[in-house]
Amino acid sequence: MLEQLPLYQQAILTLAAMVMFTSFALLAQSRVVPMIHIFAWQGLLVAVTTGLVAFDSGKHDLYLSAAMTVALKALFIPWLLHRLVKRLGIDREEHGAEHPATVLMIGAGLVIFCYYVAQPIEQLSASVTRNTIAISMAVVLLGMLMLVSRSKAVAQVVGFMSLENGLFFAAVAATHGMPMAVELGVAFDVLVAAVIFGVFFFHIRDSIESLDVDQLNRLSEQDE
Amino acid sequence: MLTAVLLLPLLSGVAALVTDRWPVLMRRLVFPLLGLAGLTAVGLGGYVLLQGTPETLVYSPGLPWLHWHFRLDPLAGFFLALIGIVTLAVSLFGPGYVREFEHGKQPLSVLGFFTGLFVTGMLMVVVAADAFSFMVAWELMSLSSYFLVVYQHQNPANRRAGFLYLLMAEVGALSILLSFGVLAGFGDGFSFEAMRAAPLTLTWASIAFALGVLGFGMKAGLVPLHVWLPEAHPVEPSHISALMSGVMLKVAVYGFIRLSFDLIGDVHWAWGVALLIIASITALFGVLYALMQHDLKRLLAYHSVENIGIIFIGLGLSMIFYGSGYPLLGMLGLVAALYHTLNHALFKSLLFLGAGAVLQRSHERDLERMGGLLTRMPWTGLFFLVGCISISALPPFNGFVSEWLTFQTALQVPNLESGVLRAVIPIAAATLALTGALAAACFVKVYGIAFLGQARTRRVRRSSEASRGMVLAQALLALLCLLFGIFPTAAVNAMNHVTQSLTGQALSAATAGGWLWLTPVSPDTASYSAPLVFVGMVLALLAWAVVYYILRPAGRVQTERRDAWDCGFGPLNARMQYTATAFTMPIRRIFTPVWRIHEEQEREKHPGLPLEPAQIRYQVHAEDVTWKWFYTPIMHLLHATTRRVSRIQTGNLRHYLAYSFMTLLLLLWLIT
Amino acid sequence: MNDWLLALVEMVLFVALAPLFSAWVKRVKCWLQNRRAPALLQPYRDLRRLFAKQVVLAHTASPVFRATPYIIAGATLLAAAVVPFISVNLPTAAIADVIVLAGFFALARFFLALAGMDVGTAFGGMGSSREMTISALAEPAMLMAVFTLAMVASSTNLSTVIDQLLAQGFVLRPSLLFALLSLLLVGIAETGRIPVDNPATHLELTMIHEAMILEYSGRHLALIEWAAQLKLLIYGVLIVNIFFPWGIATHNSVSALAVAAGVVFFKLLVLGSLLAVGESVLAKMRLFRVPAFLVLALTLALIGLLSHIILEVG
Repeated sequence: MLEQLPLYQQAILTLAAMVMFTSFALLAQSRVVPMIHIFAWQGLLVAVTTGLVAFDSGKHDLYLSAAMTVALKALFIPWLLHRLVKRLGIDREEHGAEHPATVLMIGAGLVIFCYYVAQPIEQLSASVTRNTIAISMAVVLLGMLMLVSRSKAVAQVVGFMSLENGLFFAAVAATHGMPMAVELGVAFDVLVAAVIFGVFFFHIRDSIESLDVDQLNRLSEQDE
Repeated sequence: MLTAVLLLPLLSGVAALVTDRWPVLMRRLVFPLLGLAGLTAVGLGGYVLLQGTPETLVYSPGLPWLHWHFRLDPLAGFFLALIGIVTLAVSLFGPGYVREFEHGKQPLSVLGFFTGLFVTGMLMVVVAADAFSFMVAWELMSLSSYFLVVYQHQNPANRRAGFLYLLMAEVGALSILLSFGVLAGFGDGFSFEAMRAAPLTLTWASIAFALGVLGFGMKAGLVPLHVWLPEAHPVEPSHISALMSGVMLKVAVYGFIRLSFDLIGDVHWAWGVALLIIASITALFGVLYALMQHDLKRLLAYHSVENIGIIFIGLGLSMIFYGSGYPLLGMLGLVAALYHTLNHALFKSLLFLGAGAVLQRSHERDLERMGGLLTRMPWTGLFFLVGCISISALPPFNGFVSEWLTFQTALQVPNLESGVLRAVIPIAAATLALTGALAAACFVKVYGIAFLGQARTRRVRRSSEASRGMVLAQALLALLCLLFGIFPTAAVNAMNHVTQSLTGQALSAATAGGWLWLTPVSPDTASYSAPLVFVGMVLALLAWAVVYYILRPAGRVQTERRDAWDCGFGPLNARMQYTATAFTMPIRRIFTPVWRIHEEQEREKHPGLPLEPAQIRYQVHAEDVTWKWFYTPIMHLLHATTRRVSRIQTGNLRHYLAYSFMTLLLLLWLIT
Repeated sequence: MNDWLLALVEMVLFVALAPLFSAWVKRVKCWLQNRRAPALLQPYRDLRRLFAKQVVLAHTASPVFRATPYIIAGATLLAAAVVPFISVNLPTAAIADVIVLAGFFALARFFLALAGMDVGTAFGGMGSSREMTISALAEPAMLMAVFTLAMVASSTNLSTVIDQLLAQGFVLRPSLLFALLSLLLVGIAETGRIPVDNPATHLELTMIHEAMILEYSGRHLALIEWAAQLKLLIYGVLIVNIFFPWGIATHNSVSALAVAAGVVFFKLLVLGSLLAVGESVLAKMRLFRVPAFLVLALTLALIGLLSHIILEVG
């Protein structure tokens, strides 16, 4: 039971719940700048969890992963997105979902579904933090839900990034990290994606005069 | 004794027909007979409930080999007593209320006759012990209530409502018959004894259960099968609305309990989950639609839908626990559902009778035209307030106890192994909490607009208190609401007999602490002492009186009456009050997708001042979305299918001869 | 017999300290906003003054209007009797559990809303309409948080819950953390503090609670104000004693009770200061943003429940 675990393992479980909360907060948030800030907090929480897991399991290369996560996910990528949003001039717009209450309810359903799916997997792992597998799967699915439910491009990018956060969290909590080569590769992929997205946004806006991805079908060559 | 109980309401109906020419005699004979029927039903039902031993009777009034079995077990006794109490109250209410129909276009004897038949039908359903007598009684109940719904048939809207009711009642009866058919097919006979012993596979049991939910749900009013309720209740006489909403819906609940817990027997937990989901949607849907109504009786009809949802939430939880191997917790859910059934019968009848009194005195049905009725009809207002507090599930009245028991059942969810259920059931409980709070909001609206404030029309300003019998009927029901709220342990003890007879389990822990404490699972888990809460409230009021006595002003200070605060703009009139539509506007904006709202605005211009309106009329109608999302697609499907099938009707003689020829060939081939 | 006497003393203490808690919150707010605060005993003087004043009723006020202040005060007093303040071992705590407590507040709110509709002015109707909408949306969040609590402590009886949580020692539970946050938001909505409602406003169109009691005067107003202060204190005591239960007396000896009184006093001081900070930093939301606030409370409670099922069990 929870009372028998040492304090830092209880802290890992609490941080997992807080990461899930930030995913829900991203789903509910409709303004761009707070969305980026919540994403930065999510990155920070994941980094703190990585640090605690490093302390618990004794794998010191996880400290490096934690530092990299803070640098990339909590500082650099949010700064990049913030600068992009300012240059596009969309920092005061509303980029919310159509029906936020429905999206939140679907999100809750997804969490329950993840719990149901993760039950046999949890029985395989011997680590005390195996319960977090369901949470990390939920964060991934909630990121995907954000990708599907938002029509503006910046919100979709944040959703994609939080999806990646969830994958990283799964790796850290369930299996105490991935091989360093894989981690470095994924981290640089995400960095490159962020830069390329920035360039793309300007091109999309030039082509269709809006950042609403539902309008991308104007690019097809059908007769109007 | 049972024969007397069944014959008395029939006698009352016949007496109504016979005394058609002498209205005074009719009033003196028909309603007392009905009241006597109610009283004997209460007596017999209470006796059987507390005794606990079932009795059986067999009659053969028709064909010699087709017996009619009747059985009085505690479940039947409980519902007999329920029907009896409401019938008694209605019979007290009736003489004063039907006076206005004496000079109407339709004869009063018809009303009395079909009321008697209706009560007979309901009493028979509850004691029937084989499928044949059950269906006969069910049809008797449905058909006589149809005639009551279309009693004022001059209005085409009433006829349409009656037709809808009849259609859905018959489709439901067909579904129930099919369900019995499944059970009787596997058993060896259609008596309930044989059906109980029938060996059913899970598939067939699920089919019988689904048909039962369809049939009984249609009569009870589960979404989306509820559409007849808000159409039928406003058009019928108010004391009939009390009987239909207060009692007939409960007879459907009885049928459902009898089918699933008694006849089918081993309940599967997945059925409970499906029922819980349907019931939660029903409860929330009912209360949201009730909030948007401003016709008082239509609003009360939607609240019946909501409360049926709450009863079925209890039943669904009961099935989940019972089917997962926790029979005690399952019986807790069943007791919660039965308690809410009783409570709803009491407070819904009270509310409909109050609405009837208001309707008779002020001739207004629309909330927007009422107001200030408390000063004109003080007793009706007081008892209506008791009904409003009870239906909003507030302590110390009875509605609170049954909702508390339902919540306690839902809280036992950690016992279940399935984590998914442990997540889903609290969400259903949160929906129940939302429903309860919205119901309280709706009844603040109803009571505040209708009884408080200032009168909005002249007819309401001139209304007076209802007659003594009508007030007495409401007083009886209000007193019972209070008593069942303060002494829940006695009621739970009585209901234990029902659960004991159905499944052999009784909630001994619930009342183990004595008559003061209601402890559903154990004293440590949860306890509620209703008598002490009531006494505490009285003591608290006294305590504040003492404080005031200590801190009171030195001299004698009079209470003054002045005008209300008007911001200095001048006297306020009745049109400046909040309206019912205005009261629920925030909720309408928050939950917009639930209804189809039609807003109408009419502006009358000042002659000569083109921009300034002389009068603005604003109306909001909320249309039921089940018509658009459920019934219209079914209708289209039906039309498309029948159009395709009607192609065999070619009109060509040779084609019809060919059909007969091919059928003959097929039969010849089958014989060989 | 001794226990019942102790329960009575505790209830009297509750009632007597309620105005002091409101005064403390006001004092910290004034200090943060660079204003001079009224004396800590000022609410008592206000109540005494109101009790001595004449009651002025509108012509259209009905018996419901006159009975409501007593019913509200009675229900809130009864709620105060069942919440463990200094000691856990009280016989009155078994009379009602958390759900019944919510029922008492609902009863008080029902009558207050009726009183708002009673006089027949638009202000009262507006206050009643807004109050019932907000409380309807706050109920599911509160129930979900209660559920989480009941699943952690396997009881809804307040004494048992506190006993269980004390027995488990200091455990960092995500479920209780989220339930605490959710109950804080629900408490703000139910007691009518900023950002949901401004208790110090004098503009009728921004009022919710004040609009319903606009027509009250004299002893009626004194009772209603006292009941509102008592409700705030009850919510405060619930939050500090359930989520931070260390220090409460588990056996009724004089020393344990004295220590418990000091500890709960200190906890309430801290909570009051936090409330004052929140009220100074946040602005009152407009009415149609309150549903978003309450959906946040519901989401927090739901996450608390899900964290309990997913992370803490098994």
